Amino acid sequence: MRVELDVNKQMHAVEVEPRTTLLDCLREKLLLNGAHAGCEHGVCGACTVLIDGAPVRSCLMFAVQADGYAITTIEGLAPAPGELSPLQDAFCETHGMQCGYCTPAMILAAHALLAKNAAPTREEIVDAISANICRCTGYAQIVEAIALAAERMRGLNRPQEG
Amino acid sequence: MKPAAFEYSRPADIEEACALLAADDGARLIAGGQTLVPLMAMRLARPSRLIDIARIPGLAYIRDGGDAISIGATTKQCAVENDPLIRAKLPLLAAAIPHVGHTPTRARGTIGGSLANADPAAEILLVAATLGATLTWREGAETAEAGIAEFVIGPMVTTLPQAACLTEARFPVWPDKRIGIGFHEVNARASDFAFVSAAAQLALDGEGRVTRIALSLGAATPFPIKLDVDALIGTRCEEPKVRDAVAAALEGIEAMEDLHASAAYRKRAARTLATRAIMDAYKDAHARRT
Repeated sequence: MRVELDVNKQMHAVEVEPRTTLLDCLREKLLLNGAHAGCEHGVCGACTVLIDGAPVRSCLMFAVQADGYAITTIEGLAPAPGELSPLQDAFCETHGMQCGYCTPAMILAAHALLAKNAAPTREEIVDAISANICRCTGYAQIVEAIALAAERMRGLNRPQEG
Repeated sequence: MKPAAFEYSRPADIEEACALLAADDGARLIAGGQTLVPLMAMRLARPSRLIDIARIPGLAYIRDGGDAISIGATTKQCAVENDPLIRAKLPLLAAAIPHVGHTPTRARGTIGGSLANADPAAEILLVAATLGATLTWREGAETAEAGIAEFVIGPMVTTLPQAACLTEARFPVWPDKRIGIGFHEVNARASDFAFVSAAAQLALDGEGRVTRIALSLGAATPFPIKLDVDALIGTRCEEPKVRDAVAAALEGIEAMEDLHASAAYRKRAARTLATRAIMDAYKDAHARRT
């Protein structure tokens, strides 16, 4: 079936089988490999993408269901090639990762959180990433990264003193 | 973990959805897909055709009908989670919804999908059982409805006809002035399936005595069951009385057993969580005193 997908603000027409998940379509048809295939049945969260700004499992959605939505993958977060979003930068700075497999999904989940809550508490951060499994870090530095990014992003919007 | 091949249809309206269902025994409806797609990935489900009803107009709504709130079948769980009417009129559903999966599954998962799949651990089903919700469906040109107790007959088994499409769930709103709710569940991690869950709603008179009480147990049995704790009517929910009433209500109930939790554990947890749910509901009703 032919389906038109709006991915990272670009329209793509792809030909897929109905059983092709959005995850496999992104990775194999659009070569956007940032969404990772982990468990492929909705448990691990490694395949998280944003659908109209909300984190969603791309392994639990078929590509043929995904037309008409604004889909954002990790490739769509950086402001320009070679640059990082404040969240990506904070993950590097606090080393909020180890093997990196869960990282794109963690960053997207955090991105959705910060879009609606500029000053999340630790509990809110933990809740926002609770659907995503990380088997390396113990989560502490991921939470630290999100708190750091939130703090910096709030600073960006504050009028400069003096 | 790849689903078997299937055909995909996106009907324009419910009549077309019903016709597609009636034409193919292997066809299944999909809306959010958060229960169905994992089953398909594990090939526990192999539908020949998916009929996508997620975008059929007029199936997603939350309406105040006075003595009940009607929720359209394809209403997303996240919409219910953030709805002020639900918070005001169905506080038990509002309390349970954050425990349904997690934010990403609630962004896609629907109220009707959860009810129609009837997972024993489903929190929405538990609330429906506690409040005595009524489900409405369309089959061809016919509309039919059933109370939740007649609708769910086994783990993931309902009386919904094969060619029917669930359209609405109607949750009764208690008219009582002072109501309180309690919800508890125990699971391996916050977003995972519950081993046991308990939901309670009660109403108090001006003297702080219980006039009405509903209690249900989820995940411990093949489908959520109501427990009779009417012995607490007229009391002020003193803890020993609550414990006794819960213990009496649980007598003879056989709990399920699996790798994660034994039947004995589930029964013990059920006793504790049901007691806590009632105690919380009592405190909640007091806090809502006007």
